[in-house]
Amino acid sequence: MSKKFREGANPMNMNWSRWKTIVTSAFLLIAIMACDVRTASALPTGKLIAIPAFARKYGLPCSACHTAWPELNNFGQVFRDNGYQLMNDRDSPIWQNPSYFPISFRITPSWHRETTTNQAFDTGNGTFTQSGFDLSGMDLWSAGTLYKNISFVLLPSSDPTAVWHFEAAFIRFDNLKGTPWLNLRFGRFEMDNLISEKRFLFLSDNGGLYQIYHFNVPGSINNFGYGDNQIGIELAGHSANSYTRYSVAMLSSNEGGVNFTTDVVPGAPPSNRTYDVNLAFSQAFNAPGGSGESGFGLERLGAFAYIGQRPTGYLTEGGTQLVGIDNKPFYRIGFAGDLSYKNLELLPLFMYGHDNPYLGIPGLPSTQPLPPGAQAPTFYGGFLEAHYYFNPQNVALARFEQISVGQQAFSNIGDGSGSNGNITALTFGYRWYPIMFSRAGVALDAEFSRVRTIGQEPLGGISTGAVADPTAATWSNSYYLGFDFDF
Amino acid sequence: MTLKKIAVTFALGSMALLTAGATVSTAQSHVNSPDPLLGTPSVATETSHIDGLTGNAESGKHLYRRFCIGCHGPDGNGQGMNAQWIDPQPRDFTEATFKCRSTPTGTLPTDDDLYNAITRGFVTTAMPSWRPLSPQQRADLVAFIKTWSPRWAKEKPGASLNIPPETPITIESILHGRELFQKLECWKCHGPEGHADGPSAATLTDSKGNPIKPFNFSTGERFMCGDTNRDLYRIFMTGLDGSPMPSFADVIQPNDAWDLVHFLRTLQVALPNQELTLWQSYKAAHGKDLKPIGPDSAGGAQ
Repeated sequence: MSKKFREGANPMNMNWSRWKTIVTSAFLLIAIMACDVRTASALPTGKLIAIPAFARKYGLPCSACHTAWPELNNFGQVFRDNGYQLMNDRDSPIWQNPSYFPISFRITPSWHRETTTNQAFDTGNGTFTQSGFDLSGMDLWSAGTLYKNISFVLLPSSDPTAVWHFEAAFIRFDNLKGTPWLNLRFGRFEMDNLISEKRFLFLSDNGGLYQIYHFNVPGSINNFGYGDNQIGIELAGHSANSYTRYSVAMLSSNEGGVNFTTDVVPGAPPSNRTYDVNLAFSQAFNAPGGSGESGFGLERLGAFAYIGQRPTGYLTEGGTQLVGIDNKPFYRIGFAGDLSYKNLELLPLFMYGHDNPYLGIPGLPSTQPLPPGAQAPTFYGGFLEAHYYFNPQNVALARFEQISVGQQAFSNIGDGSGSNGNITALTFGYRWYPIMFSRAGVALDAEFSRVRTIGQEPLGGISTGAVADPTAATWSNSYYLGFDFDF
Repeated sequence: MTLKKIAVTFALGSMALLTAGATVSTAQSHVNSPDPLLGTPSVATETSHIDGLTGNAESGKHLYRRFCIGCHGPDGNGQGMNAQWIDPQPRDFTEATFKCRSTPTGTLPTDDDLYNAITRGFVTTAMPSWRPLSPQQRADLVAFIKTWSPRWAKEKPGASLNIPPETPITIESILHGRELFQKLECWKCHGPEGHADGPSAATLTDSKGNPIKPFNFSTGERFMCGDTNRDLYRIFMTGLDGSPMPSFADVIQPNDAWDLVHFLRTLQVALPNQELTLWQSYKAAHGKDLKPIGPDSAGGAQ
């Protein structure tokens, strides 16, 4: 038995400490379930990323690269920035045992309950409720090095009914000219978000997305989501310890779509022929003073800007839309942070969004004049997320989100007020990682998420597709309990 | 639903989380409770001192659990869950025997030595560079590593090796280094051409009895204890404790050591360097006059 680490600290060991943890975690889940305030859906949870294939390759525990998987700590960030290399002389696949294959699977069996108020039914208005056992989508991850300083990711991802698409697929040329400041990535990938939605710790329908990453002003034809993977080319760089990072990406103006369409699944509308740009920069620094003196750790601040275009009209033949034209611009700017104080991690983000007025008026090509009174749709908001790490195997989560619509194009949707479309969201969660081997990981995930949307359907929660009263608030709740496993 | 109800929801949720969190925290405090060793003054107060940083063992313990335990194990003996898959095996901290040191063979390394090892990593092993950790975190880890062996409480680290300025890189220096390579029987392990194929290579074991390979100079791999000529000088003046590589501090003079450094660089045929260029020019003109390194050879020019 360990002298310094009781057996419970070693995931290999199964003993009374483990069971105490199970009991206390069960109590926690019951406690969360007991908070049945009156009641409230999902971006595919299969989009989340964790790669025990790397842990298998290098023999490191999950906690070496993750604060709590799939979220990266700075060591994991450096590993990723280096092209999935530790930068020793064992990175090239030639050093791997021939039986090693860089692949991992992830899926989450779960139970969840979803309720949403203010819904329209054929039989009348009311609350839409569903509950039962479920599956998340599935990730089939393959990633690693093709050669020293040439890395790749291939991520086929399915929805729960096994409809597949390529969530990410890229090749990256790392450390060009021998410097970490020059890395070139080509393909479909997540933008360099300081706070990654692909690596966060929430899985429920309402909590499993950052609202602001997918928000557009009601009535806008803009389909852009800052959290969605995009397709294009990226030049990125970082200091040796990744304290300083930058990214400049040129992306197709099609929301990451493939086959010149605006989505990754067949049948999506055609895309336009322009390109967007994403800029990201962040700087980390250590709080002064010795350990325990200030309590502060590695603190990171960053800013981002996305400048894009979307079509307001289409070239057609026989009525069939062929390609988007008459493009008009939009942008998203903001700043974010990753702050730590002792065992507490805070993730604040603020974003401002601005669309060209034409993007707020469906069906009006930019070749025609704007109607009188038309104005640019705008919104602003963000979130504050908190993680408390009892230890590498237990983390409590909370997140508060607020989005305010600045203005609609015509202030004519819902009650026409500036609050139509506003979102307030609150999410609590707890993740317990009973298994953190270098070869597999299991997490028990419990969440409660509550979202209020004024006059609109929830972005993530369950809904009928039509609100009963477009001037009233819609409340959407998610209760979630799932086993998140990754091999 | 009103804002008041939101507030109630928030409050209830917070209470539930805090209640449960406190319970879990209590349970985990058992898991993380300071061990008897850390509770004693001699260990609880273990510190490290690196360039104005003071490392703290208690802080290092939590870092060790997150980053190191998978290989080095919960007992610090190099028997973590991944150890069976790793070659070479992770360091056994309970022996307090370290390869990369600035101190004489058989002595404890300095805090700086351990800090540099954590920072640099060992490029030919599974041990990565931990530069992404803050300097303070690395200093904390050094302090914690020192709690694994009672040697740290009983002994002081050896004095750091004083490395004299490097002598000029000349063909004479290289030729003399070649003679020493022959005379000191370096070739028996590293091979006549530095291919790690000497007659003794297959028989080598480390201090734990595990098979160990001599360094192959020809592949272009970096040295595990540092890349520079000064690092190479330090390696054979301090030896790599725990491995068959001995210290030559009592055998050769500093100038001889520099000559040996210059010759060893000529064996790194995959890494362009000044010594190699000079040596290749010399060999092109005088190669036929050189005796091959190995048994029954003086090693130098005829």
